[in-house]
Amino acid sequence: MTDECVEAGRLGELLQPIIDGHGGDPGMLVQILREAQEVLGYLPAAALTAIARAVGLPRARVEGVAGFYSFLHLQPVGRYRVLFSDNITDHMLGSVELMDRLCNRLWIERGKVSEDGLVSVDTTSCTGLCDQGPALLVNGRAMTRMSAERIDRISEMIRAELPLDDWPREYFRIEDNIRRRDALLNTCWPAGEALRAALARGPEAMLAEMRTSNLRGRGGAGFTTYIKWESARRAPCRGEPPERYIVCNADEGEPGTFKDRVLLSSYTDLLFDGMSVAGFTIGATRGLLYLRGEYAYLLPALRENLARRRRDGLLGKALCGQDGVCFDIEIHVGAGAYVCGEESALLESLEGKRGVPRIRPPFPVTVGYRGQPTVVNNVETLCKAALIAVNGGAWFAGLGTKQSTGTKLLSISGDVEMPGIYDYPFGVSVAQVLNECGAGNAQAVQISGPSGTCLGMHEFSRHVAFEDVPTAGAFMVFGAHRDMFEVARNFAHFFAHESCGFCTPCRVGTSLVANCMDKIAEGHGSQYDINEIFKIHRLLHVASHCGLGQSACNPLFDTLNKFRPAYERRLRSLDFEPAFDLDQALAAARQMTGRDDPAAHFGLAARVPGVST
Amino acid sequence: MTQQSILLDGLPVPFEEGQTIMDAAMAAEIFIPHLCHHPEFKPQGSCKLCTVKASGRYVSACTMPARDGMEVENNSPDFNDKRRTMLQMLFVEGNHFCPSCEKSGNCMLQALAYELEMLSPHFNQFYPNRPLDASHPQVLLDFNRCILCELCVRASRDVDGKHVFSLSGRGITKHLIVNAESGRLADTDFSLTDKAAHVCPVGVILEKRKGFAVPIGQRRYDVDPIGMQVERLAHRTTTEEEI
Repeated sequence: MTDECVEAGRLGELLQPIIDGHGGDPGMLVQILREAQEVLGYLPAAALTAIARAVGLPRARVEGVAGFYSFLHLQPVGRYRVLFSDNITDHMLGSVELMDRLCNRLWIERGKVSEDGLVSVDTTSCTGLCDQGPALLVNGRAMTRMSAERIDRISEMIRAELPLDDWPREYFRIEDNIRRRDALLNTCWPAGEALRAALARGPEAMLAEMRTSNLRGRGGAGFTTYIKWESARRAPCRGEPPERYIVCNADEGEPGTFKDRVLLSSYTDLLFDGMSVAGFTIGATRGLLYLRGEYAYLLPALRENLARRRRDGLLGKALCGQDGVCFDIEIHVGAGAYVCGEESALLESLEGKRGVPRIRPPFPVTVGYRGQPTVVNNVETLCKAALIAVNGGAWFAGLGTKQSTGTKLLSISGDVEMPGIYDYPFGVSVAQVLNECGAGNAQAVQISGPSGTCLGMHEFSRHVAFEDVPTAGAFMVFGAHRDMFEVARNFAHFFAHESCGFCTPCRVGTSLVANCMDKIAEGHGSQYDINEIFKIHRLLHVASHCGLGQSACNPLFDTLNKFRPAYERRLRSLDFEPAFDLDQALAAARQMTGRDDPAAHFGLAARVPGVST
Repeated sequence: MTQQSILLDGLPVPFEEGQTIMDAAMAAEIFIPHLCHHPEFKPQGSCKLCTVKASGRYVSACTMPARDGMEVENNSPDFNDKRRTMLQMLFVEGNHFCPSCEKSGNCMLQALAYELEMLSPHFNQFYPNRPLDASHPQVLLDFNRCILCELCVRASRDVDGKHVFSLSGRGITKHLIVNAESGRLADTDFSLTDKAAHVCPVGVILEKRKGFAVPIGQRRYDVDPIGMQVERLAHRTTTEEEI
């Protein structure tokens, strides 16, 4: 995994099977880069050149793609690469202190590789294990329930260079934590049940059931699924060979959301049934599952399931013995980019490009993956489509509310007694959910993650539904003792880290806002900074290219309106304070000269001996 | 068939099928501020300076197809205020020191800052570290001034057929790269005759030994403000950019 691999001849030898495995297809670039990195440890410049030549792309294109994704590295990384999940719920469980502890034990600085190339420790965006945090990834494998003891043990195992396979199994155990079952989680059908039901109904009737069901997308936007399916079914195929696609969006990146993780691991057949039903209904023969890089550990089980379905005649040619009905599914793995949850950015990533949202219109239902009509649906949406295939649209429409039919999975984390997955009919009140998950002293709930809504106590009577409080599933609870300013600051940094950088307002604005929040946190804030945040919020809302930028300031806007004292008690003055602190700027000079007398200070500290700022 | 038109700030502006709001406005000599748009290349809508409100939705004028009867709000204090903020963002994101820049007077970023009455950068500077690339015998690359408009990327890819430029990184660390393992322009097949050599709206791609052929004070935007040059902007070609 070190320099000897970079040797030119050997490089070609190592890369060739990977490139051949993908038929040298430039559209598979992200997959090729991921696999090349697994072999090489990182992506050295010579490897990018070799890959570019092999797939027939300009080298700069390949470097541009490799530079976009958080999990692809152009510089050497540690042989053990530890990434702490940076979500606020992990912070609340002590992840910041645990990361410092690990860094101290290993004698390394955060974000830097140790000099012997053994280990690096850093943070990564939410890993979707908020119900069993603090969580981390080590060389891409998820570890849960970190504690001081576990961290100490991990530092010993890293120093002893113990292979990951010999680490305690217990550390890698991931629970489903299903706490409340309803229409979706109660199902325990044999594989293929929903597919057989749909085949029996026929595509037209299946589409009619979808219409009756009024199912809306579970990924956040809440677009009516039937309209997507209908539009893609009618859209003309353009390419050669003509093709339609079903894409399952399993890029569950919204911090605080982990319902898809459970569906992918314990309701796999229901999901693949749902994809097959969708494929049969719109006339697609290929399905693609875009799995977020953080969930790569689910890959072996998912692939095994696909192989079993092929053996059982549930995938491939002649589905369930019906001639002319064919459908197959392949899995693409992401490489660490929240923005790829946006459907057009996801398609770009599937095509092996930088995950930048496309200009819409045209929408994916007419011009999608490789220019063909494509339906992009969330994992939970496709599982619900499988339910509708079996039980019918009317049954589904009878659940939930009129505008928000069916049930919704909530991923509950934070200050609750029983974090985990809850299946509720739409229309349930926030107060009821809080009551049932054991949130005794909640002061706020962040619904649908950072890009969603923050509700204060006076709003707990509101209902989870598209017509009231819409959600993609995240439900993070903050107890009375939590500092809502720190919650908002965490979210501001999340968006700055995940902005794709395509458009000016989001690229620069998210970083400006994160800096503003840091300035306030350091005690240099004033009313001026709060006004700045509002101003940038208004700009991002209007001028950003996609939903990420448009909603990037929502959590700040909500918390500023509802928890203003959390900000104001940090403000130094209500007028203006510069970010630059003259006295602080002298700290380095003081340290070098060993002085700390009043004459070595500016401002208040200069007048009061012994008081440093 | 009657002429189709949009209503731009209350004024009927005709358009042909397939034209964007930007195309229609430019043809009518109405100025919509822009940086990443160039009539010779495929629009991409990333600078967001041309953000307008069309039929109640906020869109980029350069990518939004015009539709008959569409009401478009463009030149209003609110939009110009937002555009000024985005210009300020671009100024603090890179390292822009107009008095010492040899593109001063020919730079669209500077011209728009005057046009939209930007008086200060307002935000704290990021002061990114962006080393120059002086490797090429004829051309200097000063990445400090890059506004990530991707015009050079598009020109090299779509017209020159060379792919000399590309973008890497993400978010605030997004940056321009060249097509060479060494990362040096001299090691690419770039040439001064490429379209990409003449398309930069700011001062990144500079021809060596020509910096002050036209003295500051007599340059394009020294003579007339950018808002008065719509006809030239609408018909500009990359060969003319050298002046």
